[in-house]
Amino acid sequence: MEKRVTFKGWLLPMLLLLPQVIITAVFFFYPAGQAVWQSLFIPDPFGLKSQFVGLGNFEFLLNDPFYRASFLTTAIFSTLVTLVSMGVALFLAVLADRLIKGSGAYRTLLIWPYAVAPAVAGVLWLFMFNTRVGVVSWYLGLLGYDWNHVLNGNEAMGLVVVASAWGRISYNFLFFLAGLQAIPRSVIEAAAIDGARFWTRFRTIVFPLLSPTTFFLLVVNIVYAFFETFGVIHTITSGGPQQSTTILVYKVFSDGFVGQDLGSSAAQSVILLFVVGLLTVVQFKYIERRVHY
Amino acid sequence: MPGPSHTGMVEKRGAGHWLSHAGLILGVLIIAFPIWLAFVASTVTNQEIVQPPMPLWPGDRFYENYSNALVSGINAPVARMLMNSAVMALGIALGKILISLLSAFAIVYFRFPGRRLFFWLIFLTLMLPVEVRIVPTYEVAANLNLLNSYSGLIFPLIASATATFLFRQFFMTVPDELAEAARVDGARPMRFFWDILVPMSRTNMAALFVILFIYGWNQYLWPLLITTDPSMNTIVMGIKQMFPSGDDYADWPVIMATSILAMLPPVIVVITMQKLFIRGLVDTEK
Repeated sequence: MEKRVTFKGWLLPMLLLLPQVIITAVFFFYPAGQAVWQSLFIPDPFGLKSQFVGLGNFEFLLNDPFYRASFLTTAIFSTLVTLVSMGVALFLAVLADRLIKGSGAYRTLLIWPYAVAPAVAGVLWLFMFNTRVGVVSWYLGLLGYDWNHVLNGNEAMGLVVVASAWGRISYNFLFFLAGLQAIPRSVIEAAAIDGARFWTRFRTIVFPLLSPTTFFLLVVNIVYAFFETFGVIHTITSGGPQQSTTILVYKVFSDGFVGQDLGSSAAQSVILLFVVGLLTVVQFKYIERRVHY
Repeated sequence: MPGPSHTGMVEKRGAGHWLSHAGLILGVLIIAFPIWLAFVASTVTNQEIVQPPMPLWPGDRFYENYSNALVSGINAPVARMLMNSAVMALGIALGKILISLLSAFAIVYFRFPGRRLFFWLIFLTLMLPVEVRIVPTYEVAANLNLLNSYSGLIFPLIASATATFLFRQFFMTVPDELAEAARVDGARPMRFFWDILVPMSRTNMAALFVILFIYGWNQYLWPLLITTDPSMNTIVMGIKQMFPSGDDYADWPVIMATSILAMLPPVIVVITMQKLFIRGLVDTEK
């Protein structure tokens, strides 16, 4: 699509683009290029010069059991975050959609956790499950369950999943409710006249018609779980215990800044770059399809 | 909003109706519980917290804990961290809107050599969150002497093109007749931009502002790297720094008061500007 009517001149548009071009070049293209460049080198221990290793960093990473474990951790983590936040949100949205009045009020009541930063959400959940003062862990103790996410990897994973999914429910609820309200009532009523019960209607009509929303949310939530949950991990577990919650983005940080292993961290950035690229392609493919509907 | 067609014959008022309300209220309560607990913790003494179970109803130390946090904090006064966050969030939101408006105007309303190239270069930046290029971006900021500065907090985070894209889409829908008329009247391009295009984009700008403000306010990893001086910490990243490193008891009432203060501004923005917020969400995810 192009504008028919345009203004003349080339100097003015160049000047208009300048701020964005400078900022993007300095803080985006140069660092991204650096990440690719650094991923081909191993710095010597004194940081004086680097040795070119080609794809050596990548080879090492892909054979590194810790890195592979981190991939698996990320897969488990993002699947769980996506399922939990979307499942709860869909359930609440279906309930709200059944209401004749008041779905707007519930929307207001459910929408605001979106504004709570992942890192703050992490602190809130850490407080509830703190092994010494946490209310929830204390009551679990009364029930005979000894909660300790500091030592138990599965409990740590459960806690970061819930804390990450929590604020995300708002977002998913909003889109699910809009999707549900866009389904023509006549279709559902026709099924009701045919005698289909609520669950049957949901399974055979509502859920399939909701699939564009569901697919969109799947991609967006996976991207969220991959990249935006750093604050939750850092505040609650710092990747532990025994790296059981070290997701890929956290590993880029801990290897690069804590471990000072720049070559490996850069190579990990490049791998993540491919993951983002892949997800973006999937997303755009989907949007294209939606536009052509 | 549900229109009249919503009141069909499918759902009558009955047991199912009340069950829906019950389910939703339960959902709201469970989702709000962590925040309620944080609020309660911010109004009691630390003694009440470290001897579990802590009370589930607010105590009488609200004023004491909050003023303690705001004025002295633990590493830096929380009032100072709030200000840092405000500068960062406003800088990111306003800065991104400004540079994006300008570049979208250039791309849509001019024909110049390299226009397609610029467009695709900008498009590429849609794909890379700052988390992915974190080490080299940090090095750039360090080399430019941007550590512990507002510019360092703001500029690296406005280097993405979502907003440019959004304004481009919007400018495309602006009727050509308007630009035609402006040209016939001999109006200069910037005149057209300020007098016609910017006022027309007001709603888009406001919706985008809400989203970008929340995005900027809630940043964690970048401020964590770039602010080593506690007086430059933002509030969201500063909370974690308030925990003692050893085995000491944390000052929970002050930490929880800080958490409440940290979520208050974005939550207020979302609730009071709900319509713009929803519009912004839908726009930016398109």
